[in-house]
Amino acid sequence: MTIDTKAYGQVEVDERQRITIPFGLYGFESLSEFVLMDARQRPFYWLQSVDVRDVAFVLIDPKVIRQDYDADIEPRDFEALELEDSEDERFLQFAIVTIPEDRQDMTANLQGPIIINKESRIGRQCISRSDRWHVRHNILEEMASTGKDAC
Amino acid sequence: MLILSRRKDESVIIDGRIEVAVVDIKGDQVKLGIKAPRDVKVFRHEVFQAIQAQNRAAAAAPADLPTLDIPMDNISTESKE
Repeated sequence: MTIDTKAYGQVEVDERQRITIPFGLYGFESLSEFVLMDARQRPFYWLQSVDVRDVAFVLIDPKVIRQDYDADIEPRDFEALELEDSEDERFLQFAIVTIPEDRQDMTANLQGPIIINKESRIGRQCISRSDRWHVRHNILEEMASTGKDAC
Repeated sequence: MLILSRRKDESVIIDGRIEVAVVDIKGDQVKLGIKAPRDVKVFRHEVFQAIQAQNRAAAAAPADLPTLDIPMDNISTESKE
């Protein structure tokens, strides 16, 4: 199928890239059909609304920012997606990225991750129960300190 | 807004399926217990608002993204060229 995307205009996408988020994202509850695409700039992804071209979210694997990331979401969030837990091989998670004018200040929302069952391709925005995570983690700063820890 | 007075250990039932109980009262802090079916999501209001606001800010992303220099140990990747 061909969809109109905010980042790349008309794009041919595979059915397997389609993600349904039945309850939408907070603030965008009416939009439930999306396409997940690799961004041309690694390691980002685009979650593009199928219905509204201008609604597209930049995603990142939260483990790229924080290797110790564990969303600690409610068991019923897993149940809703028919997943066992975060070890389930069908489990995918993403953090939504906010890119302000000054790109040094780009942040990732680690408190409200999107989780997806990659087999059913159904997703859901969850809210972490952990107080370690908030809605704006500076990506470059987090990655810089992760690098230091690793040395 | 409907306003009801409740004492400790009393509760209200919403829509026959959601129970909100006053579990404890200490000074200006009230502890609520909420029993609700699985499809009902319950959050602190400020958390809900923060996530909603952040989603709106994120949706304003520019179409051209920055690139990130990823340390090799952060992501499994084949080296280019």
